[in-house]
Amino acid sequence: MIRLLAAALALAAAPAAAETVAITGGRVVTMGPAGEMERGTVVIRDGRIVAVGADIAVPADAKTVDATGKIVTPGLVATGTALGLIEVRSVETTDDRGTAATDFSAAFDAGYGLNPDSLLIPVARLGGITRAITTPAYKDRSDRELLFAGQAAAVALDGRAMLMKRGVAMVLDMGDAGAERAGGARAAELVALRALFAEVRDYKARRAAYDRGKTRDYTLSRADMDALIPVVEGRMPLLVSVNRAADIRDALALGREERLKLILESASEGWRVAGEIAAAGVPVLLTPVENTPASFEMLGATLTNAARLAAAGVIIAIEGNGNHREREMRYNAGNAAANGLDRKAALAAITINPARIFGLADRIGSLEAGKEGDVVIWDGDPLDTLARPTAIFIRGEAQPMTSRATELRDRYLSAIPPSANGETP
Amino acid sequence: MTSTMKHLGRACIAMISLATAGAAIAAPGAPDDPFPATYRPAASGPLALVGATVLTGTGAEIADATVLIASGKIEAVGAKLPVPEGYARVDGRGKWVTPGIIDAHSHLGVYPSPATPSHEDGNEAVSPNTAEVWAEHSVWPQDPKFRLARAGGVTSLMILPGSANLFGGRSVTLKNVPSVTTQGMKFPGAPYGLKIACGENPKRVYGGKGRSPATRMGNVAGYRKAWIDAADYVRRQDRWDAGGKAGDPPKRDLQLETLAGVLRGEILVQNHCYRADEMAVMIDVAREFGFKIRAFHHANEAFKIAPLLAKEDICVATWANSWGAKMESLDGIEENAPMIDAAGGCAIIHSDDGLLVQRLNQEAGIAMTAANHAGLSISRGEAIRWVTANPAKAMGIADKVGTLEPGKMADVVLWSANPFSVYALADRVWVDGVIQWDRSDPRYQRPSDFVVGQPGQEFAR
Repeated sequence: MIRLLAAALALAAAPAAAETVAITGGRVVTMGPAGEMERGTVVIRDGRIVAVGADIAVPADAKTVDATGKIVTPGLVATGTALGLIEVRSVETTDDRGTAATDFSAAFDAGYGLNPDSLLIPVARLGGITRAITTPAYKDRSDRELLFAGQAAAVALDGRAMLMKRGVAMVLDMGDAGAERAGGARAAELVALRALFAEVRDYKARRAAYDRGKTRDYTLSRADMDALIPVVEGRMPLLVSVNRAADIRDALALGREERLKLILESASEGWRVAGEIAAAGVPVLLTPVENTPASFEMLGATLTNAARLAAAGVIIAIEGNGNHREREMRYNAGNAAANGLDRKAALAAITINPARIFGLADRIGSLEAGKEGDVVIWDGDPLDTLARPTAIFIRGEAQPMTSRATELRDRYLSAIPPSANGETP
Repeated sequence: MTSTMKHLGRACIAMISLATAGAAIAAPGAPDDPFPATYRPAASGPLALVGATVLTGTGAEIADATVLIASGKIEAVGAKLPVPEGYARVDGRGKWVTPGIIDAHSHLGVYPSPATPSHEDGNEAVSPNTAEVWAEHSVWPQDPKFRLARAGGVTSLMILPGSANLFGGRSVTLKNVPSVTTQGMKFPGAPYGLKIACGENPKRVYGGKGRSPATRMGNVAGYRKAWIDAADYVRRQDRWDAGGKAGDPPKRDLQLETLAGVLRGEILVQNHCYRADEMAVMIDVAREFGFKIRAFHHANEAFKIAPLLAKEDICVATWANSWGAKMESLDGIEENAPMIDAAGGCAIIHSDDGLLVQRLNQEAGIAMTAANHAGLSISRGEAIRWVTANPAKAMGIADKVGTLEPGKMADVVLWSANPFSVYALADRVWVDGVIQWDRSDPRYQRPSDFVVGQPGQEFAR
């Protein structure tokens, strides 16, 4: 343990920029075109991956990290999370996931107000998560109904300025929650959305007139309409939380008619309409362990949803269990694998797939020359409870292998009498 | 088998009598068991699980083991035991066997799926002291999650009222078998528990209503006031008893009856309590009124007082992964249970959740792996106790379940792989030697009535 700590400290103390790191000897699972190699080398220089392969020469100036007997993967990418926007759920001032303001919804931007010092970030990182799609949440109050939660942002989890890219998706609930927000019926939301998209198109064509006050009144604020222009143009994905098979069909129809780029989220009954989702080319973010019929829109929830969607050709990303429990994402992927999903596909669902879904695959998600230097070294199968990361690099920099939780642990560990270890008196 | 059951039942009653010698056993006029268990295991033939790696729940790991089951009881466990004639053989080669998983903190049935106000019956949040309510009167046996938990190897659960109140009411211990009635799931001979809640929940619920408790000191005043009343109730009854039961017996009071059951050592205190300092206060309250706390639940900060909890012989039921929802859970760490274990205490991994209950084995695996990374030395044989023998102890049923020792109820899981791994699935689950789950046989995957005829059920979850 002391050796591990010393290694971690040495890594943490290494200078960040202008450094070359070579990770050697490990089984490298690239999640890119190079596939997998039994003994491979990954070279990172100045924060970027410059070479990956079985026969790579280690540069003379490189600091070598021996990964012999270990598994080397890309950093994991969390979706459906609010990392950077929340600290303690019950403490309002630490919860910046959503707004109760009455004058904007779509314009809410999770790329603002991010806190790279959040205590949650090192905890998630120790689960191998190096990037996240920080996603706004609804903060409903009785005096207003918001259709959109706002825009998600891509972030890095190395404690430096977090924002990678803002506006990676517009977040919307459909089904039970969307209906409630639109006045208590699914039809109300579907009608309201169509009307809003028509408004946005009208506004987009007549902005000068709008500025002169020469348009009809619009329901949405100017900020909301501006935020929705890339959505109606099909440039910004509309991330729709939806579960019931019939609601998924409604969402797909809405996307088709309005020419939107969709991402589905949750999709408990997605497996029942998997062919239609695949045919529409719509990816799905899901928490595969959500298998209880928790509501009437989730009666068909099953542990095999991920496997069935993937088998139908849907691109899936697997989510964690929410913010403080984001580190469980890899176990969720493992459970999907235990229930029929190919193990490689399960790893893809927490690396390259979320990168692709959110338009980040040119920067992260796989170990390929040119990508940013996010690499995790594992002492076993990254999807399994029995394995842990032994080193984590983000943008080429070795991350501390500690969190506030491990510091608290170590503070009290010494009070436990070693003679009592494992004994039941 | 039936005769053995009766025999064990008697043994259990004898044990309780010893524990409560000198005190009146039941309140005058109170029936011993007004809602008796009607669960009776079906007859089952003798069975041999052969060739698996067995974690016995006593700390041992036995390779290439044989587990013999007869009359619904564990008969023998050992490496390469000969299989007597007439025993049905189950090939366990390449697989693992553990005692049935036991969840010491569940709200299945009282917060069922689907979640609708119609049957969310876990918190009688109208008064800070509702010791008079019993969770079993809220349990909906058709909660589909019972079956999902069965598929996760869970054979017994303690169903607790919620934590809105200082005194939430009585828990009930269930066998995880399909049943139309709750009595048909009740664990024969299991003692009752009393749910007590510390901290943020009661003070938030009642402070929010403009009444006491609104603070932690209000919480503690509320407990003490109730125990004073309970001690008085016990004294009045004992006096009547000692006076030859002359005249009218003191009137029964359901609320005080449950609290008195705790003071008499018949009902086990199950205490929702996160912070180390609050646990220490609760230990003092218990000492003031002469009762024992059986287990602290959630207890994210238990690792800070691990030696104290070991000394007091109070179990800690907690998670590896949950932390941070509230201030009182901010200091949660993955190694909480293993640190309790390493200090010589009784560590339990519990669920408090309809998803986690399906993967308690994995949650124990996460805690074990984290602990070994931190330099503790926790074996698989020890870690499995967190979800088997130790919850059994906290629930007062350790003489009946929780290990694969001869004479115990044959609650057994056959796993497809190392049970701490994400890849482990419960291939088969036996309760009292009767097959109740078989991953490859729909006859033993009985879903709840609720999902029958509903869309999307044409698969095993």
